[in-house]
Amino acid sequence: MSILVDGNTRLLIQGITGREGSFHAERCAAYGTNLVAGVTPGKGGETFGGSVPVFNSVRAAVRETDANVALIFVPPPFAADAILESADAGVPLVVCITEGVPVRDSTFVVRYLEGKATRLIGPNCPGLISPGSKAKIGIMPGNIHTPGKVGVVSRSGTLTYEAVDQLTKAGIGQSTCVGIGGDPVSGTSFVDVLALFNDDPETEAIVLIGEIGGTKEQQAAAYIKEHVRKPVASLIVGQTAPPGRRMGHAGAVITGEAALASAKVAALEAAGCHTIPTPADIGATVSAMLGG
Amino acid sequence: MKLHEYQAKELLAGYGVPVPEAHVASSAAEAVDAAVRLGGRVVVKAQVHAGGRGKAGGVKVASEPAEAGTIAASLIGTTLVTFQTGPQGAPVHKVLVEQTVDIDRELYFSVITDGERRRPVVIVSSAGGMEIEEVARETPDRVLTEPIDPAIGLQPFQGRRLAEALELPASAVRPFVALAEACYKAFMDTDASMIEINPLVLTKDGRLLALDAKMSLDDDALFRHADAAALRDTAQEEPLEVEASEAGIAYVKLDGNVGCLVNGAGLAMATMDIVKSAGADPANFLDVGGGANEEKIATAILLMLSDASVERVLVNIFGGILRCDIAARGIVDAYAKADRRPPLVVRMLGTNADEGKQVLADSGLAIELVDTLREAAEAIAR
Repeated sequence: MSILVDGNTRLLIQGITGREGSFHAERCAAYGTNLVAGVTPGKGGETFGGSVPVFNSVRAAVRETDANVALIFVPPPFAADAILESADAGVPLVVCITEGVPVRDSTFVVRYLEGKATRLIGPNCPGLISPGSKAKIGIMPGNIHTPGKVGVVSRSGTLTYEAVDQLTKAGIGQSTCVGIGGDPVSGTSFVDVLALFNDDPETEAIVLIGEIGGTKEQQAAAYIKEHVRKPVASLIVGQTAPPGRRMGHAGAVITGEAALASAKVAALEAAGCHTIPTPADIGATVSAMLGG
Repeated sequence: MKLHEYQAKELLAGYGVPVPEAHVASSAAEAVDAAVRLGGRVVVKAQVHAGGRGKAGGVKVASEPAEAGTIAASLIGTTLVTFQTGPQGAPVHKVLVEQTVDIDRELYFSVITDGERRRPVVIVSSAGGMEIEEVARETPDRVLTEPIDPAIGLQPFQGRRLAEALELPASAVRPFVALAEACYKAFMDTDASMIEINPLVLTKDGRLLALDAKMSLDDDALFRHADAAALRDTAQEEPLEVEASEAGIAYVKLDGNVGCLVNGAGLAMATMDIVKSAGADPANFLDVGGGANEEKIATAILLMLSDASVERVLVNIFGGILRCDIAARGIVDAYAKADRRPPLVVRMLGTNADEGKQVLADSGLAIELVDTLREAAEAIAR
């Protein structure tokens, strides 16, 4: 079992004919994901990979294929429009991989989505994967994952792969791994994913990976303390980052003391999380937490 | 991207925000001329991308034009070290010569995007002229945060609520609401990530004036603001960081001697942390990004090596979009071109890791290959 994506996932890829879109469309399909449609305005009527129909609009793609998850690979100036188009077509889950979306665009998008049935993950995220049901909606290397009962949620891309790799090598499988993205404004928060993991009967423990900047980890800590009944192991990276500097992720600027790694670690510890002392200890800490 | 005070004030004044009369000067003579035009008594302010200028001696009052010239001469061409610049300081190429103001009260005003609320917020405090983080910590009741619905923008009632929190006199309420609306409009129009007016002053004759202004723009939105991009002052940035950003590489110079090259910002921060925990010090943060090719990896390595403080290099690649064999070729290529070859520790994992390691082994370079993060940190700290 898993959250958000599973064997019923019918994937649509926006920007499927682009360089990134086509590369990852092939890999998602090869992993076992049910890729049912692509959308590239102006290229409707073509097929991708010999069998996947390409449509001019998301609305047409949904009407013809019943697609229920959209994965976006369009360039930053057009990413907000792509998200809005999928939301307008009623797609329940939209995952935006695009890095470099202006914050103002994301602000308007999440405001538009308020009260609507569409959930947005990202932008600037690696996507999500449920290994047990062979659903890979994103750019992560599929082969490092293994089916299991630990849910992973993270703001990062490659650091999530690092975490998964350590878990798999420690013999710990994953239910679903979700990268919520590193931007200051994003569609899905730690709290949203924690709530889903908490309610998922097949997820028995959670790994949360945060970083410096903002107070998203404190919100997660407050939610964990109040609601989460499953063990949580947490890692915060950026302990050595100098204040006020942008460390690649637009959200990872330290502003104020709450944004410091130490403040986040303290908040998560106070909420009962098992602190992962260094990024090299993810597998060992989770293993110990599970009593292995 | 940060703006200078004079740039931010010009931009905000264009939206109707009241600012003191001022002129920019690049020389002592220009400063004297500016002071004459402003009536003699002026404030001379060093233009650098950092706060804390006052305490660092970068803001001085001149009682007459010749003194303004002397102060300008003592600032222009020097570097100003404030608590925000780091020990290397920031170069002063211009000063802002500004009329002096009789201040009744100093207030704080800013617009930023709140990632938790996922919308813009206006923050005000009656404790102006101080670091807002300090005010928020010591006297949180003196800070009011007003979230703005981006669908409808800042509403007049919100402006009045903020004015009330600032305990403004009745005559200053409408000017304040207009100022708040102007700043919000400027924030959205320019894709700003921050507008901070600290202090916003109430003068003895009852006027509101933006006495200082800091502004930064969203780098990711510069593609639609060609005019704003022209305001960039690369002299205020670390030269290597400018070079890196032109190559599409996220690079931040740090104080240590271990050069770190990583793909992905989170893993890069994790790598810095583990290097530090093993007892070594990172010389930089460097994220080559997801879609890097051979040339970009090579550029990143050469850029890192051009920092003379780098004595050892740690490469940590988790192949996903970026294939390890591509990264390996970039490394070998860069080391072939480099004029110095510091010891190299490489960890590769993920897509085409074995092919990548083979490329490194075939190169004949003395590279220490490791498998885990822990081994990488121990090898580099040895």
